[in-house]
Parts: sequence; C-alpha cells; structure tokens
Amino acid sequence: MSSFGSVAWSSVGKKVITGLTGFMLIGFVAVHLLGNLTLFIGPHAFNGYAHFLETAVHGWLIYAFEVGLIVIFAFHVVAAVTVAVADKMAARKQGYKYARNAGGRSRKTLASRSMIISGAVLAFFVIAHIFLFKFADHEQTAEGVKNLYKTVVGTFQNSVGFTAFTVVAMVLLGMHLRHGFWSAFQSLGWTNDRWLPILTRAALVISIVLAIGFILLPIWLYLNGDPNAMPGGH
Amino acid sequence: MSDSSAKSGMTIHLKIWRQARSAAQGRFVDYTVSGIQQEMSLLEMLDILNEDLVRKGEEAIEFDSDCREGICGTCGMVVSGVAHGKHAGTTTCEIRMRQYKDGDTITIEPFRAGPFPIIKDLVVGREAFDRIQRKGGFVSTNVGSAPDGNAILVSKLAADDAMDAATCIGCGACVAACPNASASLFVSAKISQLAWLPQGGPERGRRALAMIAQMDAEGFGDCSNHGECEAVCPKQISIQNIAKMRREYVKAAWTGADKSRSSGGD
Ligand code: SF4
Ligand code: FES
Repeated sequence: MSSFGSVAWSSVGKKVITGLTGFMLIGFVAVHLLGNLTLFIGPHAFNGYAHFLETAVHGWLIYAFEVGLIVIFAFHVVAAVTVAVADKMAARKQGYKYARNAGGRSRKTLASRSMIISGAVLAFFVIAHIFLFKFADHEQTAEGVKNLYKTVVGTFQNSVGFTAFTVVAMVLLGMHLRHGFWSAFQSLGWTNDRWLPILTRAALVISIVLAIGFILLPIWLYLNGDPNAMPGGH
Repeated sequence: MSDSSAKSGMTIHLKIWRQARSAAQGRFVDYTVSGIQQEMSLLEMLDILNEDLVRKGEEAIEFDSDCREGICGTCGMVVSGVAHGKHAGTTTCEIRMRQYKDGDTITIEPFRAGPFPIIKDLVVGREAFDRIQRKGGFVSTNVGSAPDGNAILVSKLAADDAMDAATCIGCGACVAACPNASASLFVSAKISQLAWLPQGGPERGRRALAMIAQMDAEGFGDCSNHGECEAVCPKQISIQNIAKMRREYVKAAWTGADKSRSSGGD
C-alpha cells in the first residue's frame, strides 16, 4: 500500500529524518568544537590535528566524513524546509488578525519560531568558513605541514566583519540547538512526560555550552591571535 | 457585591469576524453590548448580542455550541488571540465574563486552517477530523455476548495514559493554535489512546499508517514541536502522545504493518 518513499516523506517521516540528521549534526558540532579548542593551545597542536584529519586512512577518512556530512546536511535542510515553509504556507493561507502566544505549557519560543532563519544563516556560515579556511592558499610550516593555523588566525585578525559574523552565527547556533536538541528526541518519539522537562533543560545547557565555546574562539583569536606564532613556541 | 457593575452590568466592546459564506470575503465588525453580568458566559453574551441584532433586523452571528459545559468539543473560537481564550484547560463555552472588566475589548475570530473551511462567521467545518477517525480511530470487535471485563488485564499506568489521551473532545483548538496548522495532537491522542491498551493492539500498525496518511491528505501542516497545541488544549492532552504516535508510525512502517490489509487479515 505505502511505498518506502511515501512513508519516509510523510509528515512523521520528515520529522524522523530531521531529528536523526539533527542528532548527527549535533554530534559533529560537538566534536568540531573539541578539535577547534586546539587553537587555544597553539599552532603546533592545531596544525597537527588538522594534518592528522587530512591524512588519516590515507586521506580517506576526511573524504568519507565530507561526503557523509553533505548528505546529512542535504536531508536535514530539505526535510526541515518543507516542514517549515511549504507545508505551513499551504496549511493556513489566511492568517489570524489577532494572534497571541498561549503561554503556559507551550514550548513556542523565539528559538523555535526562528529555526528556519537561524538554520539559513548557519548554512551560509558553514559555506563561508569552508571557502575561507579550506580552499584558501595555505603556507607550509617548517615541518612541511599545511599551516592552517596561520590561515584561520589571519582571517579573524584581518576581518572584524567576519569575526563579528562568526559571533552572530554562533549565537544563532545556540538558539537553533535550544529548540533543536530536545525537539530531535520528540521528533523520533523518544520522549514522554517524565523525560520531556529533563530534555528541554538539557537542551538549554548544551546550547549554551556549545555556543559559548564557539563564540570565545573567534573573539580570542581576534584579540590575541598571532598568525605568525612559531610552531612549538606556545 | 459592592461593585456598581453588578447591578447595571458591564459594557464590552467586541470585534467579531463576519463572513457570509465560505467563498465570501470576511471582515471584522465592531459591536458594543451592555448589561453584561459577571456570571454570564462568553457565549451567553453572544446570545444577547444576537437577540439585539435580530431585533434590529440584522443577521445573527453564527457560532457553534452544544453542551456549553466543556465536554462536547463543538464550540471553538480564537478569543483575543488564543484558541478557547487565555485560560488553560478550558473550552470557549467555559469562559466567564468575570474574567473581563467593564469597557474591555474582546476580539473573536474563527479557527483558521485550510482543512477547516469557514462555513459562516465563526463556524468552521471540521469534517477532516471525522475522515481521519474513519481511517482507524476505533477497535473492531466481534458481535456476541460482552467479554468478561477482567479477562484482559491492563496496568494502571497504561490505563491512565490511555484515559488521558481519551479525554480529547476533537474540538480542533490544537490545529487552530499551531503555527503550522498541524493536527498532530488530535491524531496522536486518537492513535495512542488505543495503542496503550491491549484491545487496540491487533490494529495498531495499520491504524497509525492509515490515520497519518489521511491527516497528510487533508492538508494539515507538519509539526515543528512548538507545543502551542498542548497549551490551548481544553483537555490538556500532552505532546507525549505525539511522541507515542511517531513511535507507532515508525514501528508500523518498519514491520510493514499495512500488508495485513491486502490479505484481509486482522
Ligand atoms: S487534542 Fe485537545 S485541542 Fe486537539 S482536538 Fe483534542 S481536545 Fe481539542
Ligand atoms: S459547547 Fe460543548 S464543549 Fe463548548
């Protein structure tokens, strides 16, 4: 009766796709932050970390990850955009003249209402930082390793604009996860009355921790970073 | 009561949506009613207004109501921006005028959603809910003598969850309040009410797939987990039912529960 496609692309199927891919992206973001913290340690640590990622399993690891991430992003975006934009506009063509938030037990927040906007800005940031960091002309360090540290720190040092944009994007990341984290559990059906309040509080903590981590990096690099710091001189 | 309004009553200003029929262009019309007692309900105030209008030879404002005690789910309007008004856990017919002060302005709009077409003024068609129900919101039983009530044991926790879900009166406020006009709370209440009980077991997979397919076909929006539905629901149906509905759906899709239909099985 129902094909796999029609089930996967039903209203519930789309939520499951958004939730599953959301979980994967949250996991990626957390690991990405941990890796980026090597920027605080210094050029040697950061370049070594980047070098490891690019050469692991003869360079296949990073390719596999990149392909996987692109697929995950694509599913997340397409499912979420159809939920938020297309179906919503079709379902209520004539809006309310006077509409107020119900308050009380509602979980509708600025974060939940702006998922599509925070998501769009984040997508733009992801693409921008890939172009600025990954596809830039890199120098080599004395050890013959790509000096990604210099590229990253130099980018922030030379551009207040990009530093500010990064901070804004990371605030939006926090908002996105504020709703997205517990919402992913709910979308997959992994909640009940006992767990829901715990998960919504966990979402607040996780979104704040990740956002602060990602906000401190560009600010610190802008203020203190030295693109020409010598490897080993940390 | 020392309040002078207790005798003379309050004067209330109203902005009410008037629409002659589905296809017509609607608009807000201002009315003022006086002599409103605090003990009156919002609907009784509308009754008084309608008597006035009819006396003046104008057309009465159409609105739905039946039990007027919060149990049938017939009434339903967006009162000053919130479906069923701002008080949690109550229906439109349970709104009392003591919630308002003399001189207040109240706006009254119909529930708005594509699958709930406006029939006239504040009356909307909610047959979409009936069509969803017909796809599986029931249990099939054999005729014959009634089975022993204690033959099938149900745990207290499951019975409580099922009973909570079963209190849904099908009013449609969840759809009206949802920013996406999703019917997830209603459909989830109907699906999980039966999924929690052994009696609903044999048909649970087929029920979940068929009811959700019908919900989508009716044109309701998708859920974004805002939880606005739970806040306006007069029966305070929890969104844990939506989570339960999703589990039911994934399980049914995974195990191919819909196949039983073509073979004529249970
Ligand atoms: S879930 Fe609540 S708001 Fe929705 S139809 Fe049932 S009683 Fe009304
Ligand atoms: S008229 Fe029956 S619930 Fe309001």
